[in-house]
Amino acid sequence: MTLSLRFRAAIVSLALLGVFLGIWHLATRGGGATANMSPEYARLMGLTATQGKSAMPGPLDVGAKLWEHLKRPFYDNGPNDKGLGIQLAYSIGRVGLGYLIAVIVAIPLGFMIGMSPLISKALDPFIQVLKPISPLAWMPLALYTIKDSSISAIFVIFICSVWPMLLNTAFGVAGVRKEWINVARTLEVGTVRRAFTVILPAAAPTILTGMRISIGIAWLVIVAAEMLVGGTGIGYFVWNEWNNLSITNVIIAILLIGLVGMLLDQVLARFTRMVTFPE
Amino acid sequence: MGRSMSTSDDPFDADRDLSRSGCACGRHRSTAEHDEVARTLRAEPVADVSEEKRYQGIVASAVMQAVFPQDVARRAFLKSVGAATALAALSQFFPLKTATEAFADAGPPEKKDLKIGFIPITCATPIIMAAPLGFYAKQGLNVEVVKTAGWAVIRDKTINKEYDAAHMLAPMPIAISLGLGANAIPFTVPAIENINGQGITLAMKHKDRRDPKDWKGMKFAIPFDYSMHNYLLRYYLAEHGLDPDTDVQLRSVPPPEMVANLRADNIDGFLAPDNICQRAIYDGVGFLHILSKEIWDGHPCCSFAASREFITTAPNSFAALTRAIVDATGYAAKAENRKQIAEAIAPANYINAPVTVLEQVLTGTYADGLGGVKTDPKRVDFDPFPWQSFAVWMLTQMKRWGQIKGDVDYKAVAEQVYLATDTKKVMAEMGLTPPPTAYKSFSVMGKSFDPAKPDDYLASFKIRKSS
Repeated sequence: MTLSLRFRAAIVSLALLGVFLGIWHLATRGGGATANMSPEYARLMGLTATQGKSAMPGPLDVGAKLWEHLKRPFYDNGPNDKGLGIQLAYSIGRVGLGYLIAVIVAIPLGFMIGMSPLISKALDPFIQVLKPISPLAWMPLALYTIKDSSISAIFVIFICSVWPMLLNTAFGVAGVRKEWINVARTLEVGTVRRAFTVILPAAAPTILTGMRISIGIAWLVIVAAEMLVGGTGIGYFVWNEWNNLSITNVIIAILLIGLVGMLLDQVLARFTRMVTFPE
Repeated sequence: MGRSMSTSDDPFDADRDLSRSGCACGRHRSTAEHDEVARTLRAEPVADVSEEKRYQGIVASAVMQAVFPQDVARRAFLKSVGAATALAALSQFFPLKTATEAFADAGPPEKKDLKIGFIPITCATPIIMAAPLGFYAKQGLNVEVVKTAGWAVIRDKTINKEYDAAHMLAPMPIAISLGLGANAIPFTVPAIENINGQGITLAMKHKDRRDPKDWKGMKFAIPFDYSMHNYLLRYYLAEHGLDPDTDVQLRSVPPPEMVANLRADNIDGFLAPDNICQRAIYDGVGFLHILSKEIWDGHPCCSFAASREFITTAPNSFAALTRAIVDATGYAAKAENRKQIAEAIAPANYINAPVTVLEQVLTGTYADGLGGVKTDPKRVDFDPFPWQSFAVWMLTQMKRWGQIKGDVDYKAVAEQVYLATDTKKVMAEMGLTPPPTAYKSFSVMGKSFDPAKPDDYLASFKIRKSS
């Protein structure tokens, strides 16, 4: 009896996870050396010092803490202590806004670049210089000129997600098969109509691939940006827990950042499949 | 007797010397005595001077002194134009009236909802605890205390006006006002947060290397360049014959990363704010070499800072804030309140640290990291008065280590940034006893500092950055 490939892959995945958790558990079991200390002194010290507990939390600690967070995802204890759900919502909101502005700017501009070789050549040097700049390098400049940390964070998301979309749109538009455009021309279709009915559908898969790359980058950057400016968001959460040297919470945040990043990517992947066409 | 002028003097009296003790007629030891005699002669009751008039005098006096730091120039100016013209001219470019109103806290706060940034360390105790323990609410303010990622961020957010006021390291407002590491923007310190409360923590492996002379080549972390930590550590090393610029490495590291770096063996020790020192001990990665109070008992560390612009645009809010902070600082100074404070500021919304760690810092009964339990109730203390001599000392150290080049008008800078006069008034209002002068001498590692002779003091150090 042969099981489906999918099923077998799932079993291997689970086994790998089990092995990983097992090694993690064993590696962090503790049992480090404990010095003799008076009870009065021991009372003032942490578990790492008194019981030789590993400074790195084990999977059980993380699981228990994660359960605590999941039970109360939306609590609000004031400006510096909010539930994970609220923090994630802030981050997703920032990414969404910056990303949306990037879409509004990049796609029309990409169309222009793709349709006009002149503009393409003229803008090329600027794009080539601006594209490789690390988005976080913009942060001090943004803070200094915009004078508002949350808008600066959105600006950083915008600036990092605009390039892949711009280039992919331009590439997709420029790469539409000449025959299709010529057919449209023969039928005397106007420029605007041609852009929407011929070029857009033809270039859509490439454009969406660019958007998918962008959302990934935007999500990578928001965490770093929020660690810098603080206040709210999952990046701030990581920083705040790091401040308390609570590695358990940092691991939980890492896990959630990964999950949300995957979800965002899957949404865009679905859109890409929707516009893909067989040739 | 300090050499500062009394702020109740009439600053528009050309015959009066603003900065020297003694009176105008020269027959009495002090202006107060002179006035007392004059009043007696005129049979004038003291309370006759209305509060507002008195405040106006205080403010005008401070302004005159800021504009003409040299008494000779001030007197010449007054003699040539007359006091009335001088007052009118002065109010042309300085909102005397607004500033006076800031003093007489009559009106309701212009702005009730305020944001104050803080760094999660025990130095910020008064600023933080004033929220959960209701000190802001008592002054009719709705204050949100916002945790901030680092000193540079808190500086930028305060300059950007995202924060109305902030917790800053005591030298930062001076550095900002002078334009060191930022655009020059006039900042002020109406209150010091804490005195003492820092420490030198070393990695466990150095427990037998307690003599600083053996520390050549070690790597130390400090929280920020413009910090008392930087100046105290440099002072300590230099007194033991090490040049902090060439014999050791000093790195600016955010406090929480200090413990992680100490564990990872990237640094050998740090002079850091508490709870970080105690946290390193709690986690078993370091031990306390000395408390900072062993270098200078009563040194300032962090301050409560606001821009001058905030004072002019929202004078009543500023006055109310200062009252709340002075009140909270007074509360924190009492040993019997410390346990309650530790519990109030430990949650994730505030400092986000284990209660045991904060309690050890605040109560002064602590594990030293070497197996002993020590008690020092003054490990950290709270005293709001912004001594201008503190500012002068910081300026000497900024110059000593090359952060400031050229000449400094120590007194003028100290008086513009450290608002001793305002704080005096607030303290008196609240039934506390403010010190009679804004300058005091103190000693750092047994060497006394005379705020009147900063340049001599500076010249007396052998180890300093060659300029």
